[in-house]
Amino acid sequence: MMRSVFPVLAVVAVLIAIWYAAAVWLNTPWALDKAKRAEVTLSTSDLIADTWAQDKPKLPAPHQVAIEIWNTTVEKKITSKRSLIYHSWITMSATVLGFALGTALGFALAVGIVYNRVMDMSVMPWVIASQTIPILAIAPMIIVVLNAVGISGLLPKALISMYLSFFPVVVGMVKGLRSPDAMQLDQMRTWNASGGQEFIKLRLPASMPYLFTSMKIAMAASLVGAIVGELPTGAVAGLGARLLAGSYYGQTVQIWSALLMAAALAAVLVGVIGAIQRVTLKRMGLA
Amino acid sequence: MSEPTVPQSQPPVIKASNLDLTFQTNDGPVHALKGVNLDIGKGEFVSFIGPSGCGKTTFLRCIAALEQPTGGTLTVNGMTPDDARKARAYGYVFQAAGLYPWRTIGGNIRLPLEIMGFSKEEQAKRVKKTLELVDLAGFEKKFPWQLSGGMQQRASIARALAFDAEILLMDEPFGALDEIVRDHLNEQLLALWSRTGKTIGFVTHSIPEAVFLSTKIVVMSPRPGRITDVIDSRLPRDRTLDIRDTQDFMDIAHRVREGLRAGHAYD
Ligand SMILES: Nc1ncnc2c1ncn2[C@@H]1O[C@H](COP(=O)(O)OP(=O)(O)OP(=O)(O)O)[C@@H](O)[C@H]1O
Ligand SMILES: [Mg+2]
Repeated sequence: MMRSVFPVLAVVAVLIAIWYAAAVWLNTPWALDKAKRAEVTLSTSDLIADTWAQDKPKLPAPHQVAIEIWNTTVEKKITSKRSLIYHSWITMSATVLGFALGTALGFALAVGIVYNRVMDMSVMPWVIASQTIPILAIAPMIIVVLNAVGISGLLPKALISMYLSFFPVVVGMVKGLRSPDAMQLDQMRTWNASGGQEFIKLRLPASMPYLFTSMKIAMAASLVGAIVGELPTGAVAGLGARLLAGSYYGQTVQIWSALLMAAALAAVLVGVIGAIQRVTLKRMGLA
Repeated sequence: MSEPTVPQSQPPVIKASNLDLTFQTNDGPVHALKGVNLDIGKGEFVSFIGPSGCGKTTFLRCIAALEQPTGGTLTVNGMTPDDARKARAYGYVFQAAGLYPWRTIGGNIRLPLEIMGFSKEEQAKRVKKTLELVDLAGFEKKFPWQLSGGMQQRASIARALAFDAEILLMDEPFGALDEIVRDHLNEQLLALWSRTGKTIGFVTHSIPEAVFLSTKIVVMSPRPGRITDVIDSRLPRDRTLDIRDTQDFMDIAHRVREGLRAGHAYD
């Protein structure tokens, strides 16, 4: 554990240093502009200090984002419309619901593809085609159409998440359910196992490592879907809404804190799947 | 004690008449079996020996209804092989141990028992019994990767024994093991066979192994896969490894070797 901490911290430190340097570089023009209009000349240290403390910087400095995140998480009540926790919660509900729906759909399609010749021949091309359409193109349509029939809020966003997250699960589970080799299937035959027994006792456990890998990808995709789903709604709540509002008003600090929050949320959600994976596979003797 | 001959009155457990199996491949037909005639009586220990590709595995798979013959007839316990399979007439030991990595040794042996619907207590009892039979008592909770190759192979034999089928089909079960372990397992297998009176079909590449174990040795040759010699062994059913130094043993081994040479001469 300790040995892996140092390299991680080192990388983080380097990234933050680069970030500060980039902030100086990108925000200098605006700082000089201001100084010129105020008819003052800036010393180098004043200039740098200014680039790290602007109201609407092109690139906010790390500590500005950190303070914003602190103010909108710890300092705000989580019921407040300005709490990032509140917005993260909104996005996370859609993500998790969409992920569950997507995993269920992906699983069902995979079983169909593995067991049904017609589905094997016909479904996969459609599944792949579905992912070649940019999600940004269909997200507004889904939102608008569902709104028209009176469905709004969580479900439309979850459906967009589902649309993105079922794909890795189909692909992974088809591979996983087909992973038993000819000999293992022959063994089942020698015991005169039924199709259901073959599925439960051979194909399903054999597919577990594939399932978890797919679910991690699906969870990340699902989060992207939920955020994208929050963009076209005129967006009142959710991390996507914060991103959109931030960009309307040039609130770069707000955009960046929402981005970091989304990254943290992704890390937590994928981490949870990873933990379940470790426990499950360990108990199965596979890890 | 008991004689190696089978009483005339009992019908053969496995009967192949003029059996053919031709695989259609991209390079044309492969005659894996051609005109195979063989009767195996109850309680016999039959070894199949022959060069690679002569159809030993294919014949065993036909008996197990994992392969469909293209000609001739084959009956197992007087039924079609597929009916015999559904009646769970045989246990099959594959060339590789093929244990499920996500199940413990006990769980692997329990697998066919679960599938066949044995009660929980019966399952536990049989797992315990068969583990003792193959000298693996105490390894029930271990996962396959925690065992050596020889132990895994023993576990896979235990799995085939657990549901106590009358027929045991074994495809080179000891092929990957060193000689000492192999000798040991051969002795155990013989003991099991004489205790239970099972009918055993056993594929091997080793002449001493075939002669030591069998009441009947089937010598096969490839292209097309066929039987070139069937040797009924005069050796007594109760044997120890010492028997390998007797004249009888060496005579039979000699005849098997001659048969294998003759098969090769066709090439
Ligand atoms: N599924 C299959 N499709 C096509 N050809 C096959 C198939 N199975 C076996 N054969 C061919 O049938 C012949 C007999 O194969 P088989 O596996 O029975 O040989 P074997 O005697 O068991 O050989 P070995 O000692 O190497 O295990 C070989 O020529 C093999 O290539
Ligand atoms: Mg073989």
